[in-house]
Amino acid sequence: MAQTENEDPMVATAPVPAGPMVDLTAASDAAVADLPPEIMAQSLGQYLRAWLQRIRSGDSGVLPVLLGLVIVGGVFGIITPENAYLRPSNLVYIFGLSTVYVVLATAEISVLLLGEIDLSIGSVALLGGTIAFKLVQVDPGPNWPWWAAILMTLVCCGFIGALQGTLASRLRIPSFVVTLAGYLLFQGIVIIILGGADGTLTVSSQLPNQSVIYNLVQGVIDPTVGWVALAVLVVIAGAAIWLRGSARRRSGLVAPPAAVIVMRIAFIAAGGAAVVAICVENLPPGVPEVIPIVLVIVGLWTLLLQRTRFGRYVYAIGGNPEAARRAGVNLAWVRTGAFALCSATAGFGGILLGSFFYGQYSTNAADPGQLILYSVAAAVIGGTSLFGGRGKPIHALLGGLLIGGIAYGVSLLSLGAYSTPLTYILPGGVLLIAVLVDVSSRRGARTGSVARV
Amino acid sequence: MAQTENEDPMVATAPVPAGPMVDLTAASDAAVADLPPEIMAQSLGQYLRAWLQRIRSGDSGVLPVLLGLVIVAIAFQIANGKFLSPQNLVNLIEQSTIYMLLAMAEIFALLLGEIDLSVGLVMGLGAVLVAEEIQPAGLGWPWWLAIIVSLLICSAVGLIQGTLVARLKMPSFIVTLGGLLILEGVCIIVLGGSLVGIGNPHFNDEVFVYHLYWGQFSPLVSWILLIVVGVAAAGWEWYRDRRRRRSGLVAPPASLTLLKIIVAAAAGVVVVAVCNVNRAHFGVIDGLPFIIPIVLVVLFGWTALLQRTRFGRYVYAIGGNPEAARRAGISLPGIRTWCFVLGALTAGIAGVLFASWQVSITTNVIKEANSYVLLAVAAAVIGGTSLFGGRGKTIHGVLGGLVIGGIYNGLFLIGVTSEWIAVVVALVLLAAGTIDVLSRRGGQTRA
Amino acid sequence: MTHDPGGAAGGTSAAVEPLLKLRGIDKHFGAVQALYQVDLDLPAGQVTGLCGDNGAGKSVLTRCIAGVHQADHGQIYFEGRPVHIRNTRDAAGLGIETVYQDLALADNLDIVQNMFLGRERLRHGLLDEDSMERAAAETLSSLRVTTVRSIRQPVASLSGGQRQSVAVAKAVMWNSKVVLLDEPTAALGVVQTGMVLNLVRRLRDRGLAVMVISHNLNDVFQVADRIAILHLGRMVAEGPASGFDRQSVIEYMTTGGPKMQAHVAAVGAASATTTGGA
Repeated sequence: MAQTENEDPMVATAPVPAGPMVDLTAASDAAVADLPPEIMAQSLGQYLRAWLQRIRSGDSGVLPVLLGLVIVGGVFGIITPENAYLRPSNLVYIFGLSTVYVVLATAEISVLLLGEIDLSIGSVALLGGTIAFKLVQVDPGPNWPWWAAILMTLVCCGFIGALQGTLASRLRIPSFVVTLAGYLLFQGIVIIILGGADGTLTVSSQLPNQSVIYNLVQGVIDPTVGWVALAVLVVIAGAAIWLRGSARRRSGLVAPPAAVIVMRIAFIAAGGAAVVAICVENLPPGVPEVIPIVLVIVGLWTLLLQRTRFGRYVYAIGGNPEAARRAGVNLAWVRTGAFALCSATAGFGGILLGSFFYGQYSTNAADPGQLILYSVAAAVIGGTSLFGGRGKPIHALLGGLLIGGIAYGVSLLSLGAYSTPLTYILPGGVLLIAVLVDVSSRRGARTGSVARV
Repeated sequence: MAQTENEDPMVATAPVPAGPMVDLTAASDAAVADLPPEIMAQSLGQYLRAWLQRIRSGDSGVLPVLLGLVIVAIAFQIANGKFLSPQNLVNLIEQSTIYMLLAMAEIFALLLGEIDLSVGLVMGLGAVLVAEEIQPAGLGWPWWLAIIVSLLICSAVGLIQGTLVARLKMPSFIVTLGGLLILEGVCIIVLGGSLVGIGNPHFNDEVFVYHLYWGQFSPLVSWILLIVVGVAAAGWEWYRDRRRRRSGLVAPPASLTLLKIIVAAAAGVVVVAVCNVNRAHFGVIDGLPFIIPIVLVVLFGWTALLQRTRFGRYVYAIGGNPEAARRAGISLPGIRTWCFVLGALTAGIAGVLFASWQVSITTNVIKEANSYVLLAVAAAVIGGTSLFGGRGKTIHGVLGGLVIGGIYNGLFLIGVTSEWIAVVVALVLLAAGTIDVLSRRGGQTRA
Repeated sequence: MTHDPGGAAGGTSAAVEPLLKLRGIDKHFGAVQALYQVDLDLPAGQVTGLCGDNGAGKSVLTRCIAGVHQADHGQIYFEGRPVHIRNTRDAAGLGIETVYQDLALADNLDIVQNMFLGRERLRHGLLDEDSMERAAAETLSSLRVTTVRSIRQPVASLSGGQRQSVAVAKAVMWNSKVVLLDEPTAALGVVQTGMVLNLVRRLRDRGLAVMVISHNLNDVFQVADRIAILHLGRMVAEGPASGFDRQSVIEYMTTGGPKMQAHVAAVGAASATTTGGA
């Protein structure tokens, strides 16, 4: 039974003996398929093969949403009268609409990663927009400068989020109950601020202070500036990715093969160029201001989640809260912080919503229930798991684009009496399908607050 | 190193020695307090003492609800002297029945540790379907067919949602959230964009449905009903407890059973007496409203199902410890699906009464029906059902529904607008959730 | 079978003060006395196997050392000085690391992220992934954990033995001096158990004081230099492994040993005479 010291069973020396003896420590095929392909591949060919195997074993990442974008674009392009769907003006409209969903989905992802859910972000968004719009009113009105109004919105909504987060993380009231109550509560408060069920708030493009907010979605950047900005962005991002990859390879750390990096940079450049080209074809020509704004938001969130301690702890809590607790992570602070940042981001999304609606805010502006469903659907379709521990802001970007595309595409088809009910049925159906995909193809139900025996 | 076969090291032979060594298998004092008082008490006095100790150790059962009812009654009576008048009380009870039914529907999901956010819209669907089906210009069905078909369709909705949750393992709050939106769209489609009404006095079927909510028994019949049902229930309860006591099983003392019967009888007498007061401004409207016996039938039915059948036992088991239930051979997907079906069925029943109440249903009414889900959850939790599963009874839905109805009625009486009522309801829901969590502090651990 | 306690890491002898010393530790929960007057020595460079039946108090004792619980009475000595371990941070600060039975690994994070969880390295405020990756790789290779294909693998894709190795490596990265392992081989197959036991030996060779709680007497006798046995909250036997065999260990675990049996018999006789005739 004893083992002599010199024998080290972990050094693979002898050839594997023939016969039924199998090394039980070898990872199974399934485990190999679970590795992100970047880890193992030494060449582009290996990378592609590993990637295909991963998809075949069920972990499909962003592939469904990319396929979805292609399919939706194609189908709606064909069935809308005169291919209206693919007209630049409509595509730009979709970009604008999507940005709201992208921002809300990005906000929601931080909470989903914890394995919780925030059902109130629709109402919080409306509340945020209402607050900002109210603060820039002139006559009579507080007439705050636009940046102060936006800041105030972020602070108020962040505070609300912190409140909900505290209830959920310290008192351990299930997050869906707390945020469900919030959903109703803030909807009531929005009506109160608007001064009744018929109230409206507007910002005008004529007044310089208010026009900043108006132009968040409606304003455009000069085409030349747009192209230059894209070129600069591609060069900087590309250089950063390339340098980082080669530095890591030089010091012997894990890095993807060079060819893959080049492909990624090319992909980003191509996508960016397509967007800018479409926007330039539009009237008025130019990239809407909101697109770089949203990219900044997604970029900041990605930085926060992937490259800071706070983000690391969010993922850890979503994966194994007990492990995080034993490692000394303060669960309550991280959870509260995530809820606070989520609500603050949602509040900003609400401001974008108002700008999208040509500067009009009324109780009929948007249905918060629809907003939350579309946002969760966007996040989940993009690749974030409802069960916690998996997801990135890029999922929100792609998923939000897809949701916006579907929503607008349906509205382009004149379906008469069915168009109103469809605005209810569609988000519900899309959400269910998205979650179905998450549950069945990604086998995610092992962790998180919704895991079930 | 070998062991001799005759020695068995596992046999504990010696008696427990004196000193600081304690028998680690003895239950602690805290455990004794957790026993429901019925088990230990031999007399009424012992029962009360055990009950007080249980409350002091944190498990308060329906006490918070009863206290809540008292507080609501006193507070609103002070604010508006008409709150406790017979007319208002009957009005309050009538309105509460919708909340009670929805809460009872929600409890099916809550017992499993799930949630059903679509009960409001299933109710709306039931209402719309019944109204549309008896329209003489449309399908022109008789009332009984319309009601049966509507309940079947609502149950089918529950079946779909239950299957998604139980077999496809999708989270219930997502399935029912998506479900509620889809149902809202479906309701609008069925309504055909306008409204549907059941108020026409010339069509018998419409009249019948109308009277489900607005009709009542005559005072004499009300008393007769009370006596018949009261005697039957009292007799059954007495007989059951006596039989258990005879055969030496655990049973409450006879004086306690008598007390229960007296309290229930007194409550029944009060209710019928209040209802028999004329509450009409013109003419005469008095007697027990039909909806009260309807709700009581549902209450008794579901209570019997949950407390006295194997199905009910399994529901509680799954809510308490799903893994243990699975290993005991219980079919988790089957039971879970059935709970969603029964919940949707109850919501459908609420829908029939809702249609009767609203008389004419528009898309706005459907939108309003959506807000009922929070009231249903709040009512269930206030009544004593836990959000985490495994704890709760149908009676909680009735009591909690009464509290919610009281709050709504009271706020309305003192002139609060609907936005602020929404705020109050949200706060009430939060308070109920907090109480639930705090009262569970000792039990479940969540990291 | 047993190992030379001297090892390669600079040698300890019986005359040297044990690294961690517990004297007279009491711990009760309510009316239940979980530990009574427990003494324990954990010398550096030796593996101590802690044995006992269910409910004997092994987990409680481990948690008292780890800072999860606080002892009611008694004294803990670390490197000869008396110390107070009030929480897990105090324990970690002294260099006491614990590897729990459920490993406490986050499945969705990779090996590096798990090993640095809670103690990440920062550069300009952001995570210093490169330096953490290098440190993790170094630790794993110094413990000769080589079957892991890539250090960036998500932990979910590792086998049971590899996960245990990662958990142990996580514990020793931090200038730890004492490592407590709670049932490290409980869920592992034969080959993986061998892997983990070798790991335990390497920890000892580095000069750490290692305590292994185990039900499995095979494993205990394979790695332990010392054996300590708890019975109903008391330490009934403690000493070099060479002084025990399977039979005696089992006897101590289940009856408390010959002295305890005599004591029990005496008390039993006394109470029988006082209650005689009832």
